[in-house]
Amino acid sequence: MLKRVHFPTSVLPYLLVAPQIIVTLIFFIWPASQAMYQSMLIEDAFGLSTEFVWFENFQILAEDKHYYDTFWRTIIFSVCVAFLSMSVALFLAGFAERVVRGAMTYRTMLIWPYAVAPVLAGALWVFMFNPTLGIFPYLLEFIGYNWNHYLNGHQAMLLVILAAAWKQVAYNFLFYLAAMQSIPKSVIEASAIDGAGPVLRFRTIVLPLVSPTTFFLLVINAVYAFFDTFGIIHAVTQGGPAGATTILVYKVFNDGFVGLDLGGSAAQSVILMILVISMTVIQFRYVEKKVDY
Amino acid sequence: MVENRPLLSVISHLILIFGVALIALPIWITFVAATHDEARMLQAPIPMLPGGYFWENFKQTLFGSGLSGTEIAPVWRMLGNSLAMALMISLGKISISLISAFAIVYFKFPFRMGFFWLIFITLMLPVEVRIMPTFQVVANLGMLNSYWGLSIPLIASATATFMFRQVFLTIPDEMLESARIDGASPMRFFWDILIPLSRTNIAALFVILFIYGWNQYLWPLLITTDADMTTIVMSIKQMLEASEQSPQWNIIMMTALLAMIPPIFVVISMQKLFVQGLTETDK
Repeated sequence: MLKRVHFPTSVLPYLLVAPQIIVTLIFFIWPASQAMYQSMLIEDAFGLSTEFVWFENFQILAEDKHYYDTFWRTIIFSVCVAFLSMSVALFLAGFAERVVRGAMTYRTMLIWPYAVAPVLAGALWVFMFNPTLGIFPYLLEFIGYNWNHYLNGHQAMLLVILAAAWKQVAYNFLFYLAAMQSIPKSVIEASAIDGAGPVLRFRTIVLPLVSPTTFFLLVINAVYAFFDTFGIIHAVTQGGPAGATTILVYKVFNDGFVGLDLGGSAAQSVILMILVISMTVIQFRYVEKKVDY
Repeated sequence: MVENRPLLSVISHLILIFGVALIALPIWITFVAATHDEARMLQAPIPMLPGGYFWENFKQTLFGSGLSGTEIAPVWRMLGNSLAMALMISLGKISISLISAFAIVYFKFPFRMGFFWLIFITLMLPVEVRIMPTFQVVANLGMLNSYWGLSIPLIASATATFMFRQVFLTIPDEMLESARIDGASPMRFFWDILIPLSRTNIAALFVILFIYGWNQYLWPLLITTDADMTTIVMSIKQMLEASEQSPQWNIIMMTALLAMIPPIFVVISMQKLFVQGLTETDK
């Protein structure tokens, strides 16, 4: 971690780390500790006095049925986003790996949704599914299906899942393609000589060999679905209808900035912090070691 | 190619073309919507083929009043704000991470590991989990509605610091030894040896961070109340809200298109650096 040869100690290294450390202290460490402190305060309805209540806010959350619902909804949302975007990406990467000519062209044409901001992805999808104008509700009308995500919670959820997964396919595709291209050709050839067809080879050789990538992507996609999809939800449904698409991050924002329940919002922030920390630990402990088979 | 199966190759191409079309469909619909006039965009079904109003919409969106009946800044102004924010975030992150990685790798000083862990912790505190208190800090510092407020709170970066640390560790020790024998000062070594050697890494990271900065949404949403400071990505949400009264989908979609083009252009034109940056920062 440190070079064998290094410069003598002076005041210089302190100056060099200073900008990063100052920003970290002011905008990361201090707010995070504030969030922890605020999570133990309850403000009265008029914001006139605050009371230190230890863990009462957490207790309120633990007994709050809405919070449980939000928690499970977030899990379901994340699992669906991760599964959908990863399986589409794996499927496409499997075929892209096969075609010798044009594999890179396909890559170019598949990776750019990564650059689209989540809120824009939301805007695009909400337009396509606009109940009065959108192309999909119009087509669904022909098979007698009535689409209105402003009223139907399940449809709203499906829509945010689609928008979130669409944006993430690019990322997953890139990593799957890279993983597949690094599988030694000799292994594939040997099994082909033994008479294994493309499907069998994919199932018994490619899939196990890309499993470290799958695990890595699972963590990344979970983090993405938990935290980066705020823009999509905010643009598409605003957490509605009737809270059907409110995920944890959205609830923190909504309770804090719209509902002005500072203590409750801070307590939720602390819970989210614990979640991020555990996800980061998983990512570093297991992904760094590279799950190998 | 392991074996010659022409039929399977054809099927592969067909499936990939289908996949590309499916992924591109939302953008295609956006583009088509941006090429029709307002009246056409109010009739279901919406068109699937481009119309002839692209330039009119383009001019009205970029230089004209934009969406009528709303109080949002002109689009060129918001594009400028986005560009300023994206550049400040990406360049800020790169510069402070370069120097702190340099200090951590090339100097031995008390609390070195303490600083390292402090930077590491930022990885675990995304904006989303400390929304309220960070907002309060920025408000107390009087940084609301400013470029500083938009960028500074986001420029600490554990990933960038780690990446540069990794790059510096691969640079042979002999470089430093010979530089020191020749009497180079630490900063001289930094500018003349480390920076040139990590040039491609810096470029790759810049591509990723530019997209990250450009696409920021929650943070600008919180700290800008002044219409002149809104970013283009933020404006879409305001337009969608306005669309419930007066839907001008041609203008909204043209704005969306303008908001997407810069980062997409960066990804496509610097694809190699983009892929390198993505794989380096996340692994």
